[in-house]
Amino acid sequence: MSSNDNHSSPRAAAPRRRVQVPTVTIAHGGGGSAMRDLVEDVFVGAFGDGGAPLEDQARLPMADLLARGDRLAFTTDSFVVHPLEFPGGDIGKLAVCGTVNDLSVGGAVPVALSCAVVIEEGLEVETLRRIARSIAATAEAAGVRVVTGDTKVVARGACDRLFINTSGVGVIRQGLELGIANARPGDAVIINGPLGDHGAAILAARGELAIDAPVASDCAPLNGLIAALLAAVPGTRLLRDATRGGLAAVLNEMAEASRVGVRLDEDAIPVRAEVRGFCELLGLDPLYLGNEGVAVAVVPADRADAALAALHAHPLGAMAARIGTVTDERPGRVVMDTPFGGTRMVDLLVGDPLPRIC
Amino acid sequence: MCLGIPGRIVAITDAEAMMATVDVSGVRRSVDVTCVAPKDGPLDGLVGRWTLVHVGFAMSLIDEEEAKATLAILHEIGEANAEIAAFAGEVA
Amino acid sequence: MTAPLTAGANPFQDRETGRRLIARIGEKLDRLGATERKPVRLMEICGGHTHTIFRHGLSGVLPAGLEFLHGPGCPVCVLPMGRIDDCVAIAEDPRVIFTTFGDAMRVPGSKKSLMQAKADGADIRMVYSPLDALELARRNPDREVVFFGLGFETTMPSTALTVLKAEREGIANFSLFCNHITIIPTIRAVLDTPGMMVDGFIGPGHVSMVIGLKPYRFIASQYDRPLVVTGFEPLDVLQSVWMLLDQIDRGVVEIQNQYARVVPEEGNPQANAAIDAVFETRPFFEWRGLGSIDESGVAIRERFARFDAERRFAVRSPAVAEPDSCQCGGVLTGTVKPWQCPLFGGACTPESPVGALMVSSEGACAAYHQYGGLRKGAA
Repeated sequence: MSSNDNHSSPRAAAPRRRVQVPTVTIAHGGGGSAMRDLVEDVFVGAFGDGGAPLEDQARLPMADLLARGDRLAFTTDSFVVHPLEFPGGDIGKLAVCGTVNDLSVGGAVPVALSCAVVIEEGLEVETLRRIARSIAATAEAAGVRVVTGDTKVVARGACDRLFINTSGVGVIRQGLELGIANARPGDAVIINGPLGDHGAAILAARGELAIDAPVASDCAPLNGLIAALLAAVPGTRLLRDATRGGLAAVLNEMAEASRVGVRLDEDAIPVRAEVRGFCELLGLDPLYLGNEGVAVAVVPADRADAALAALHAHPLGAMAARIGTVTDERPGRVVMDTPFGGTRMVDLLVGDPLPRIC
Repeated sequence: MCLGIPGRIVAITDAEAMMATVDVSGVRRSVDVTCVAPKDGPLDGLVGRWTLVHVGFAMSLIDEEEAKATLAILHEIGEANAEIAAFAGEVA
Repeated sequence: MTAPLTAGANPFQDRETGRRLIARIGEKLDRLGATERKPVRLMEICGGHTHTIFRHGLSGVLPAGLEFLHGPGCPVCVLPMGRIDDCVAIAEDPRVIFTTFGDAMRVPGSKKSLMQAKADGADIRMVYSPLDALELARRNPDREVVFFGLGFETTMPSTALTVLKAEREGIANFSLFCNHITIIPTIRAVLDTPGMMVDGFIGPGHVSMVIGLKPYRFIASQYDRPLVVTGFEPLDVLQSVWMLLDQIDRGVVEIQNQYARVVPEEGNPQANAAIDAVFETRPFFEWRGLGSIDESGVAIRERFARFDAERRFAVRSPAVAEPDSCQCGGVLTGTVKPWQCPLFGGACTPESPVGALMVSSEGACAAYHQYGGLRKGAA
């Protein structure tokens, strides 16, 4: 329907065009003036005007990148969250944080993002404006630029109101080697904040369960926090963000890739009381709920205190905790010491956690 | 089977429809209180009571005295000399 | 009592008390001469207890002289395939919004699960409560809202009261697909199983808050086995284990109530009145893994026929044969351990369950697969 449309205006001096109708229609994806109105109103309106001519691609000077490291990190992620707006965030904030965090956990300093939107006809233009402003604000907070984008409009029913894809590039400085296979027996497993806020907030916000939970998504860009951690503990073995599948999925992946065991201490894992209450009511387990602002760090045991100190000093790490240890028992398996002195396996779930009554 | 969670009744929302709000660690849900309603008298007496919640229904009022008694027995079994243990078994 | 009854500062999860209780249980088992080869076998009937045992790793901290047998008390697990096929057939009627608890979404029917039917276009929605299904009916007067009612006596009052509410409000587009089952015939079926090895029962806590203690008396008087109605916190289960061992030690057989804070001796009269008003006993009900059990299910009374999905839709309940070599029946009655089934972990996994016990997280096989491993390896 449209070619790549760079989100910067070709007509810097002229007054910005505005969409005059309340909802997006197929015409706004047609490549004509309606689409130009939409892009200028919504995206240029939010991201500002770089003053650069419209091209089909963003151009990033190599010299800037080379000065900051020796490897380019490149990642992509699609966002299909329902509802679009929820306590603690919205799909736009999520799209920026998700990609910034995927770069950051590789040790990359995020530099630039793309942002492609697939809009279902009928979406309110005002909702789109709010989400675009949220994208811009989150990108600014994370210190990255949205340099290219794309807009498509699809027929009603072909998507759920709005889907966003963001890709991102970042630079990894020389010598930094984080990797999922790097965990070694004895290492400490650390997380920066409580589990389950995002998963619980989304489930509650959908309203289908008619549960009123004072829980907000933890959705946040973690690049600042991770930079602080890596400055304090350059020998960090690996980082991951505990998104879909929750902490359980990340640790199982690590245990398998690193051929190590993981032993968690249930008592040490931070979970907010209201998230715990929400989980109990629905028979869910916070270990499996998705997070959008939780990073898992594995550091050598003798650097655990330094890592925790660095995290605690950052606003997103106030509840950081050492939650477990990498072991050489049962490689590939994650086990948890229960407060009772018992042990349970922490396996992967088959699919999404479902509320249960029995 | 039969996931039941203790929650506290914090408000009667519709006495005629037997509906109340229950709070579980700050999380709230509307529940039906037919099964725990007093035989005669208003539902207001339920406010502040702990109840066992199952699939949106308050199924039983939690008896605080019994809870204390059970905990006391638990501690006694833990301390356990034979007499106390035997006594606990009979009381429970 | 306030905070102590909520999670967090929960005195029924106190580690130190638990540690001491475990020591006392060990002493009891020693007195009884129980060993790993000749253990005392206690069956928890209810899937909620299975969950507590695995969730807190209780098997691992208790002495080897004690063995838990995981009983048939997971209503999702014992649902026969034919009933899931019925659900799918009802849900695929374009007029229908089919509502269900999350538990039932992944249970395989002979052709597909509800989750697959949803993917194929059926309007299937997960709800937390039958009241939410009724609300959907209020809001969608042009659709037929069907609620998939399953569960033991704990859940029956909720669906019965929902039907009564629908009648009172004159809601014409709500119906219940009733698959409720009753606990007592189930326990009797276990007790009548040849080779039954259960020394005592950890009795269902939340069923009992509805039915009370009296219905269990026959277990002691006719079958000479003790039962202790038990709460769902780890200390509840440990206390009941101790109480059962203590009965065996003292040479008595009684029905006791560890969960008196929730379970009144006589049950809940309002809940039973609702059940009696709406439901009547079926002559028999088909169970997955256990076959047909007499008077083990309930149906909706004639008076409420217009709220009965079985009458309003063409429900055929096809008899679907159990998969070959599936040992669910043996596992349910405690005569076979999950890992002794030839399908366990191979042909039958949580990703692609063959037997019902691999489906729900409270099914014994799924619980072993997810949490177990450890103990099994040691045992």
